[in-house]
Amino acid sequence: MPSNKSVSDAPIVQFTNCRILRSHQLQREDLWVREGKILNPEKLFFDEKGSADIQLDCKGSIIAPGFIDVQINGGFGVDFSLATDDFKSGIDLVSQKILSYGVTSFCPTLVTSPPSLYHQVLPQISIRNGGAHGAGILGAHLEGPFISKEKKGAHPEHCLRTFEAGAFQDLLATYGSLDCVRIVTLAPEMKRSSEVIQELTKQGICVSLGHSVANLSQAEEAVQHGATFITHLFNAMLPFHHRDPGIVGLLTSDKIPAGRRVFYGMISDGIHTNPAALRIAHRAHPKGLVLVTDAIAGLGLAPGRHTLGQQVVEIDGMNTYIAGTKTLSGSVATMDTCVRHFQDATGCSAETALEAASLHPAQLLGIEHKKGTLNYDADADFLVLNDSLYVQATYIAGEEVWRQDTLVM
Amino acid sequence: MRLVILEDYDQASEWAAKYICNRIIQFKPSQGRYFTLGLPTGNTPLGCYRKLIEYHKNGDLSFKYVKTFNMDEYVGLPRDHPESYHSYMWNNFFKHIDIDPNNAHILDGNAPDLQAECDAFEKKIEEAGGIDLFVGGIGPDGHIAFNEPGSSLSSRTRLKTLAMDTILANAKYFDGDLSKVPTMALTVGVGTVMDAREVMILITGAHKAFALYKAIEEGVNHMWTVSAFQQHPRTIFVCDEDATLELRVKTVKYFKG
Repeated sequence: MPSNKSVSDAPIVQFTNCRILRSHQLQREDLWVREGKILNPEKLFFDEKGSADIQLDCKGSIIAPGFIDVQINGGFGVDFSLATDDFKSGIDLVSQKILSYGVTSFCPTLVTSPPSLYHQVLPQISIRNGGAHGAGILGAHLEGPFISKEKKGAHPEHCLRTFEAGAFQDLLATYGSLDCVRIVTLAPEMKRSSEVIQELTKQGICVSLGHSVANLSQAEEAVQHGATFITHLFNAMLPFHHRDPGIVGLLTSDKIPAGRRVFYGMISDGIHTNPAALRIAHRAHPKGLVLVTDAIAGLGLAPGRHTLGQQVVEIDGMNTYIAGTKTLSGSVATMDTCVRHFQDATGCSAETALEAASLHPAQLLGIEHKKGTLNYDADADFLVLNDSLYVQATYIAGEEVWRQDTLVM
Repeated sequence: MRLVILEDYDQASEWAAKYICNRIIQFKPSQGRYFTLGLPTGNTPLGCYRKLIEYHKNGDLSFKYVKTFNMDEYVGLPRDHPESYHSYMWNNFFKHIDIDPNNAHILDGNAPDLQAECDAFEKKIEEAGGIDLFVGGIGPDGHIAFNEPGSSLSSRTRLKTLAMDTILANAKYFDGDLSKVPTMALTVGVGTVMDAREVMILITGAHKAFALYKAIEEGVNHMWTVSAFQQHPRTIFVCDEDATLELRVKTVKYFKG
């Protein structure tokens, strides 16, 4: 049927015979796409008298928004905290490979590093749209160096810093530039953190609390100054205590400013967090849960030794430790594995598991009007999945950028 | 008239849908020779629409060469409001079938000149060669479309104020809040529907029984506007057992054959 080209000449694609994740539910609806965005078919019908140019039968599959990974340190031998000559092609490689895990946007994460590294590497990271070349880059996540010595985890002690002397200026001098920075993880108990958090928030950068020994009051104060995220809940922070819940207590704190929500990252790879702990967090604050991989260079590679910034890590199965120790350092989990494991461990619905990897990170970054949903006019970054939540195909801006070999569609 | 009595709502819906389907297929519509269908909204025709969609999905029925004209639309309700008749038709019918959007006509309740909109609608029907089959329902007050009691039986498409009965009946679609229900609508006239070559009225449920009685066992009366179809050469009333509850046993037995 000829479509009326009154608004646009671009082809209209209609994905039929599918269940789409919309309004927190999997609904039997078709998905319409034009010019890289989700199209409102009713408006098309009545306003433009238009119809689809191409119809694709999804054979009953699930269509969900593409996953957004806000904490990923590298993969496939690439380490974002290592300044190599071909750093740019390293980012390109990771962004291309993670398409098969359903990730359509991500925040390349840098662990604690010397200032020289930030000055060299950050200018090479640019915020850019995804496409056939790879997942979109939303901006860098700088995890450290303004973190606690006691909770440094796998971060190198000699690179830890404070901003006692010059507060925000110290931070800026350390990183060099904040142009393409999206998230900064810091320890809020550090002196002058309130000023820093306020300034970062003012500049539109998401402040996350992590690698910290803060108590609940310090964490709440940080939230009041603008912090909105917790980096890998439970890991690298004081354990929950019933008289001082620490950062974990933010999940049920009554001191969160009105209209704000605290989000928290969870690495649900089956190793970083006991399923019971995952369930406690999920049940306490289901709307704040953001799945992250915290994947490292060894993702996608054979077991053995790889680098993570200034450290050497050892991969043994799904476990990743600082070489020669039992200190966890990152993971080699893929985002879709995390989604499935999260569903298994909590018994939650497919919708909940999918939203934890798409809608919630989009809400964290304040971009849910265009990412993380299948609402009309949102960017057409989406996944075709089977009922067990295995990714069959990945689409960015309405174009297929990856497909499972066996996919018949 | 024909009075077709089916056992229950589902069977009545299926009978009606099959009738429409067969009419279209027998007509053999093609490029330049469209089958024109008048369509209703509301609860009653939902089952019929579901069946028509089923026939389409089975490959038995195409709407490629069908033109549709809806009976009415609220005035002042945004077109994308979930309770507008545009939304109803899109969600319950158009989005599931292969009709050309240029051939799906619904009155625009937000047109700057409402009477001009109504006149233009009449003209479109005329240009389409008139309606082959007008499918309608009946309100609890015996109205066809929004031709409320007191509407002229020769009326054409125009603006109407809704009767209290209608507003009350519609409140359930607006969170039970009477203040949210539109009070005016654009509607085809009784005369407009009478011009159709064939008319099929769907009536199901005990709450419509009295209206059916008034429409077919009493005289032609502008207080029960569906009664006008007693004077139409080809009208079928399709109903379920419950809708016949106020009819004489004699009438029911006669039509059951």
